Amino acid sequence: MNALTHKIQHWRSQIKLRKNPTLRALLFWALPAAFLAYFFYQPLLALFNLVLTRRMPTGELSLAALNLNRVWRPLSFTLGQAALSTLLTLIIGLPGAWLFARFTFPGKRTLKILTTLPFILPTVVVAAGFNALMGPRGWVNLGLMTLFNLSSPPIQFLNSFAAILIAHIFYNTSIIIRVVSSAWSQQNIRLRHAAQVLGASPWRTFREVTLPLLKPSILAATFLVFLFNFTSFGVVLMLGGPRFATLEVEIYVQALHLLNLPLASILSILQLTCTLLITLGHNQVSGLGDMVISPPAQVIGVRKPRKGLERIVIIVLIITLVSLLVAPLASLALRSFVKLEPIRGERGEVQRGLTLQFYRELGVNRRGDLFFVPPIAAARNSFVFAALTILITLSLGILVAYALLQRTIINRLLDPLLMLPLGASAITLGLGFIIVFNRPPFSTLRFPILIPIAHSLVALPFIVRTLAPALSNISPTLRNAARVLGASPLRVWREVDLPLLTPALLVSTIFALTISLGEFGASTFLVRPQYPTLPVAIFRYISQPGALNYGQALAMSTILMVVCALGIFIIERLRLPGKDSF
Amino acid sequence: MFFGVDNTFLTRALEEEIFISYDSPMLAQIPDEFKIDPGNYALPVDYGDVCINYDKAYFEAQNLPIPTSLEALTEPEYAGLLVVQNPATSSPGLAFLMATIAHFGEDGYLDYWKALVENDVVVVSNWETAYYTNFSGSTGQGPQPLVVSYGSSPAAEVIFAEAELDEAPTGSIIGPNTCFRQIEFVGILRNAANPDLAKTFIDFMLSEPFQEDIPLQMFVFPVNPDARLPEEFIEHVQIPDQPASLPPELIDANRETWINAWMETVLD
Repeated sequence: MNALTHKIQHWRSQIKLRKNPTLRALLFWALPAAFLAYFFYQPLLALFNLVLTRRMPTGELSLAALNLNRVWRPLSFTLGQAALSTLLTLIIGLPGAWLFARFTFPGKRTLKILTTLPFILPTVVVAAGFNALMGPRGWVNLGLMTLFNLSSPPIQFLNSFAAILIAHIFYNTSIIIRVVSSAWSQQNIRLRHAAQVLGASPWRTFREVTLPLLKPSILAATFLVFLFNFTSFGVVLMLGGPRFATLEVEIYVQALHLLNLPLASILSILQLTCTLLITLGHNQVSGLGDMVISPPAQVIGVRKPRKGLERIVIIVLIITLVSLLVAPLASLALRSFVKLEPIRGERGEVQRGLTLQFYRELGVNRRGDLFFVPPIAAARNSFVFAALTILITLSLGILVAYALLQRTIINRLLDPLLMLPLGASAITLGLGFIIVFNRPPFSTLRFPILIPIAHSLVALPFIVRTLAPALSNISPTLRNAARVLGASPLRVWREVDLPLLTPALLVSTIFALTISLGEFGASTFLVRPQYPTLPVAIFRYISQPGALNYGQALAMSTILMVVCALGIFIIERLRLPGKDSF
Repeated sequence: MFFGVDNTFLTRALEEEIFISYDSPMLAQIPDEFKIDPGNYALPVDYGDVCINYDKAYFEAQNLPIPTSLEALTEPEYAGLLVVQNPATSSPGLAFLMATIAHFGEDGYLDYWKALVENDVVVVSNWETAYYTNFSGSTGQGPQPLVVSYGSSPAAEVIFAEAELDEAPTGSIIGPNTCFRQIEFVGILRNAANPDLAKTFIDFMLSEPFQEDIPLQMFVFPVNPDARLPEEFIEHVQIPDQPASLPPELIDANRETWINAWMETVLD
C-alpha cells in the first residue's frame, strides 16, 4: 500500500516536472553551472578584483592614460580578421563537409583524421611548419626561385595578413567539417528523394530541404570558428608579425611584457563582453531552443562519386584540402626525419640525409636535467589529461544539451555564460587559477588536476554546440512512442536518444581529445615541470638554440600528431549503439 | 623563495616589498658589479648577455668584415642583414632595445632605430621565428646572417649540433654596448613559512656545486667567479668586456614609454 502511494506521488512529481520546463532545465543545469561558477567565474572575478581594486587607487589607469589606440585598433582588427577568416574557412569547410557526408572514396577515413590534426598543433610549431613551406627559404619559394631564376624569394608570407588568414583556415576547417558533416550524414535521404520525386531540381532540393536542416549545425560551427579566430593569439603573433595585434595579443603584451595588469584586465573584460555579444547574436539567429524536427536517418546517403563533373569537383576538393591542411603537417613530419648538415663556407648549401637522430635523442638526458621527461611520459601525461577532459566535458555536455532542449528563458541566460570561457584569454584564466587555487585542496603540488579542468572549460562550448543540435533533431514522437510501448525513461534514453546521439557524441569526444592534447596557453601556467604535456615539452625544445633542439621539437610534434591520430582512430572504431549510421 | 626576477624587473619587486633581506656569507665571493640591490633583498645568482649572433659561413663567403659596433649596423654593406624581435612581445628584443638606449642615450636611440629601419632591419615577433626562420646560421637556413639572440647561443649550437662540431657555426658580436646584460636574482618571500631553510638554500645556490651546474642547465653564467665553466662555454662563448646596462629604476620607470616610442618609430 505504502509502496503504491509512493509510486503515485513519484508519478505526480514526474508529471509536474514534465510540465515545468524551467524546473527541469534548472535540474539539468545544476552541475554544469556549479562547475563553471567554481572553476571559471570565481578565478576570473578574483583576478579582476585583485588587479582593478589594488592598482586603481594609485591613479595608474586614468582614461587619458588608457590611450584609446591601444584598445580600438586591436578591437577593430580582431573583429575584421575574424570575420574574413571565418568566411574563408566556410568556403573551404562546407564543401569539405559535403564531401565527407555524402561520398565514399579511397582514403576517406585517413583524410578525415588528417584534416583534424591541425587543430591540436601548438602554434609555435605550426609557424615553423608554414615557414618551412612558405618562408623566405621555404620549399615553395626555393622552387619558384629555381624555376624562374629569381634572386630573391617571390612570396612574402611571414609577417603578412595573408599568413594569418591561411593559418586560420588551416586550424579551423576541421571544425566546420566535423560539425557539419556529422549533421549532414544524419539527414534522411528520403526527404531529399521526396522533394526530387515532387519535381524539385537538385539545387532547389538543396536550398529548401538540405540547407534548412543543416542550418543549426552550420551556424553552430560558424560561431565556434568565429570565436576561435576572434581570440587568436599564436598565429597572429608569430605569422602575422609585429604589425598585427588582436585583443588576445595585446592582453599578452600588457600583462606579461609591460606588467600593465589593469589595462590587460580591461582588455580581457572587453574581449569577454564581445564574446557574450557574439553568443547572444548567434543564439538570436539560430533560435536556440526552437526545435528542428526531422525524422532520424535510416537510409544512409553515402555513395561513390559519379563520373564526369562530380568526380572532377571532388578530386579538386580533395587536392585543396590536402594542400591546405595536410601539406604543412607533412612538411613538419618530413623535416623531423631529415638532417641538414651545412657544407662549410658554402652558404645555403647543405647535405641532406635521412635520420632518426632526433627521435633517439628525445630519450637522452644530455645535461642530467632533473626535469627531463622522455617523450613517452609526456605522451602519457597528455593522454591522461585528455581522458579526464573527455570524461568531464561529456558528462557536463550531455546535461547541458538536455537543459537546452527545454523551452525556457533560463537557457537564454545560462547558455551565453557557458560560452564565455572561449573568450577568456589563456593568460587571464591561468593567472586567475594561480590566485584562487593556490591553496588547499588545490595546493600547488596538486595543480595537475587543474589542467584537465582548464581544458574542459575550453572544450565544453564545443561539446554543447555539437550535442545540442543533434539532440534537437531527435523527434519527440519517437520517445513518446517508446513510452507508450512501456519503456522506462532510462530505456527510452538508451534505445532512442543514445543511438541517435552517437555520431554527435563521437564528434564531441574527438573535440575534447584534440582540444586537450593541443592546449598550450593555460597549461604553461598550471603545468608542473615534472608533468609536462606534449605541447609544453615541444616548446621546451624549440625555445632553445641548436639544430638538435629544433629537430627534437619537430620530432615531438610528429609524435603528438601520431598520438592524436591514434586517439581519433580508436574513438571512431568504438562499438556504440547507432554507430552504423555514422 | 622566488628565483628569476632580473634587473629589468628588480625595482618592481623591491618596491612591492615582497622580499626580506638576507646577508648571505656567500656574497663575499661575488663581484660587486652583480650586487645591484644594496639592501640584499634580492641576491644575484646568474647573468647572461643578449648579443647579436652572426653566421660565420656567410661573412667568410661574402668576404665581409663582421660588424663590431652598433653604429656599423647602419652601414649600407649590412643592409637587410639583421633580424631583431619586437621588444613588446619578446624579452631578447627588449634587451636589445635597452642596449641601444644605454649606448645612444634616451635622446639618441630613436634616431639610431630610424637609421636601422632605413637599412632594412627585419622585425619579427618572437625569438623562435627570428632564430629558426630568419637567421642563416641556424638549422632554418634563413636569409639574415645577423640575429639578436643570446651570448651563449654559439655554445648551444655546438652542444646541440646534429653532428659533432669543432667550431661553433655562429659567434657573438661583443663590441662596446652591443650586448645587454641581464642578471637574475633570488629572494626570500616576506611571508615564507620557513625562512631559515630558504637562507640555507640560497647559500647553496651561490656555492660552487650549484653555480657550476648553471651554464649547461640554463645557458647563463654563474655569478660566483670560483665556479668552473664547462669546456664548451670556455671554447665557444666570449664574455663582453663592456656589456650595456641601465639602472633598474630607470628601466622600471620608462619601459612602457620606450616600447611605445619604438613601435611608433619602427612599425608605423
